[in-house]
Amino acid sequence: MELQTESKIFCSCPNRFGEKPNTNVCPVCLGLPGSLPVFNKNALELAVKAALALNCQVAYYSKFDRKNYFYPDLPKAYQISQYDYPLAKEGFLDLLKDGHVIRRVIIERLHLEEDAGKLMHDHEKACSYVDFNRCGVPLMEIVTAPDMRSPQEAQLFLESLRRILLYTATSDCKMEEGSLRCDANISLRQHGEKLLGEKVEIKNMNSFRAAFKGLEYEINRQAEILQRNGTISQETRRWDESQGKTYEMRSKEKEHDYRYFPEPDLPPLVLNEAMLARIKKQLPELPVQRASRFIEELGLRPYQAEILISSPALANFFEDTLQHFSEPQIVCNWLLGDILRLLKETGQEIEEVAFTPQYLAELLAVLEKGDISGRSAKEVLEESFKYGSNPRRIIEEKGLAQIDDERELSEAVSQVLIGNPGAVEDYRGGNKKALTFLVGMVMKQTKGQANPKIVMNLLRSELDGEN
Amino acid sequence: MELYELTACQAANALAKKEVTACDLTESIYKRIAAVEDKIKGFITVREKQEALSEAVQVQDSLEKGDKLASLRGIPMTLKDNICTLNLPTTCGSKMLQGYYPPYDAHVTEKLQEAGTILVGKSNMDEFAMGSSTENSSFYPTLNPWNQHYVPGGSSGGSAALVAARETFFALGSDTGGSVRQPASLCGVVGFKPTYGLVSRYGLIAFASSLDQIGTLTRDVRDCAMVLDIIAGHDSRDSTSVPREKENYSRDLEKSSSSFRVGIPRECFGQGVEEDVKKAVKRGIEKCQQIGTVIEEISFPHNEHALPAYYLVATAESSSNLARYDGIQYGFRSKKAENLHDLYRKTREEGFGPEVKRRVMLGTYALSSGYYDAYYLKALKVRTIIRKDFEKIFEDHDFVIMPTSPTVAFAMGEKVDDPLTMYLNDIFTVPANLAGLPAISIPCGFSRGLPVGLQVVGRPFDEKRLLQFSYKLESLLQVKDIKPDIAEVGQTDIS
Repeated sequence: MELQTESKIFCSCPNRFGEKPNTNVCPVCLGLPGSLPVFNKNALELAVKAALALNCQVAYYSKFDRKNYFYPDLPKAYQISQYDYPLAKEGFLDLLKDGHVIRRVIIERLHLEEDAGKLMHDHEKACSYVDFNRCGVPLMEIVTAPDMRSPQEAQLFLESLRRILLYTATSDCKMEEGSLRCDANISLRQHGEKLLGEKVEIKNMNSFRAAFKGLEYEINRQAEILQRNGTISQETRRWDESQGKTYEMRSKEKEHDYRYFPEPDLPPLVLNEAMLARIKKQLPELPVQRASRFIEELGLRPYQAEILISSPALANFFEDTLQHFSEPQIVCNWLLGDILRLLKETGQEIEEVAFTPQYLAELLAVLEKGDISGRSAKEVLEESFKYGSNPRRIIEEKGLAQIDDERELSEAVSQVLIGNPGAVEDYRGGNKKALTFLVGMVMKQTKGQANPKIVMNLLRSELDGEN
Repeated sequence: MELYELTACQAANALAKKEVTACDLTESIYKRIAAVEDKIKGFITVREKQEALSEAVQVQDSLEKGDKLASLRGIPMTLKDNICTLNLPTTCGSKMLQGYYPPYDAHVTEKLQEAGTILVGKSNMDEFAMGSSTENSSFYPTLNPWNQHYVPGGSSGGSAALVAARETFFALGSDTGGSVRQPASLCGVVGFKPTYGLVSRYGLIAFASSLDQIGTLTRDVRDCAMVLDIIAGHDSRDSTSVPREKENYSRDLEKSSSSFRVGIPRECFGQGVEEDVKKAVKRGIEKCQQIGTVIEEISFPHNEHALPAYYLVATAESSSNLARYDGIQYGFRSKKAENLHDLYRKTREEGFGPEVKRRVMLGTYALSSGYYDAYYLKALKVRTIIRKDFEKIFEDHDFVIMPTSPTVAFAMGEKVDDPLTMYLNDIFTVPANLAGLPAISIPCGFSRGLPVGLQVVGRPFDEKRLLQFSYKLESLLQVKDIKPDIAEVGQTDIS
């Protein structure tokens, strides 16, 4: 995961995505002779925060090491990483489904390192370009134990991890920008076996969906080999999204020898109790805690709570709305129904829209008082969502306020009764459904503004009274 | 007497008294360079004279306005060619970086510029500072000013020879395993390696990062203290630079406090050390006794392991530090390549010399999986033991004295095909690097007309007292004003 610091991990270049190639660089991140790294303390703060949120033991002593390998996107020919003394160890992440923990995934280690540059290949001109802007972007690598049992669980893990990082504001986790990447190891075993079989590593899975599909493909591939009494060899494979297949990258024998050794240019990282306590205090309420609060204190159903907490912004929107309109179930219904639908339609995130919790609360208050109809409310919501305008103003401008005035409505009711003698007949003949038709006609007459409850009462007293 | 014959301090005093100008000093240095550089070959790059002179004019202006901020203002100087300079090529003595202009100045380059010193050129060195004779320079070897058939030592051989030949008032070098002290010893000048972390390495092209330290080559101890005043101090761009209060090393230099206790490791006067070297160093030690210094023979039990440990740590780190030179971003690129991998291979094949290749291969091997514990890790353990040995010695001793080098300068070509004998030259200098300690080499006598150096090692960050002690010792030794006689161009060699 890329950490969302202001500057890079070992120099003062800004940590930004999408700049013109090779403009966001300096002698340090270009690895020019004589340059030296200086560790960005902010990256440490964020990584410690994430480690604590993942229930890890943060090490009081950790250090940086050089991982030596030669590749055109790595200008120093080594990556500064952490090898035998990572920043944090022994954490866990619980996977939840319908409010229950279905699996505890052990986090073996969490460490800091720097990102490499990016290669771009022009196949037409048969040449390659290198962009060093990404060099030195701070990365946090998390390694789990072999605890997940299915592609579904792997995907759930990724989603839960992403949520925690978003909650702690440590990484923006945008897979499309490469700020969250994953490699997955997979090994099969026969039913009843204790030992796991040889593991195969899959690289290049650039979305949660790809991770799911890659793992699914790999399970089938390995199962087939085993069923034919074949053997799985330890290797690294590459997921090809367009083909929907994995391909061999390198076998175990060809694995790199990274020749790790302690980075002589950086002192070890020594943390103290006070610093950990201070960061611990800054930790926000985490997604799982928030979900159980929604369920226990606000009476939401587990599935509702799970959707709400899926993004901190959505959960915040929910709670902010409650500040002004304290009906959790109603607010939740609107959020999970119409608002999520609108977000999906426009492809936006809740934090990107101009529609505010205050607006939703106001709209729901007006609706509850019966000042507008349910249908009008939906119309107002769409309008307010689209243009970010105040719902009260929309109601006024569009004249959507509900007509409660009985005198005004009686007139419309009489006209409908006169105009639809057939329906009146039917109703009196015992067909009660005719009443719904007549209510509909009154609504039409009043352009939907009539309060349907009052219309219903007026019609009944007219029809039944004459009886 | 010519101006170039003055020490940096004397020249600075003459400037302050308005007896000379910065331009006079600069002119004098360029005159000397023109006269003897062909015999010495200490420079890789000599700066355009007009450029240096126009800088001298500016400095002179500020001097006349009464700006006396730094005491070496207006003094011409030289940097080893592994110290980055924005306006002059920085080659590391290697074809690999021939014509390379760094886009930034090293910390020490900035400091010396701020102090108003005038850069006249970049000095020759063993390629990537790997060597003890400057014969490993990709360009040409430097010659010893005392006898041009002999090497000046290395890897800062250019810097040492230029100071000895009076082609510069002072020079900076870098010392990874003795690369400042050994050439100082062989050229009869003062060479000082500060405590690891006292001088920022920012902009020093790395050989072995945990051992590299920038040092000074000067005519005497006072000049050394004055240069150190300029370059020492914390720099946030080097994470191994130690934040501590800045000291003034040249002030009270002559005020050596009470008597000192000095340890003499008996292991340093055994086999492999030339008799004349032993004699000259012992003479120095006797001088110390005359002024009330307590001399005690001590044991430095793990000395024999220092050299192998050093060559493992240094080669391992260099294999990582030098992997970046591939001919893509900067520096030399082979013209014979047909594809990308060929380009990397041929660039390195043609760009690096044999000693660099040897060390990169050794270091790569030492770090390889399966060998790491037996080599690199063991070397780190030895390093810790050496450090502890010194800590123990320094519990009841102020300094340790030993020869800087087991021999005086050797003949050109004598050891170039015998790397192990060449490595033995560093036997007394590497311990200070492994332990990160300050160490100085001062001239203490001669053997067959070639200078001998005496080395004083001190406690970490005890530079002030180390220099005070060395200053006193230097005055007792009375060899510092003996200078090499170099036939100037046009003069006939009479021998």
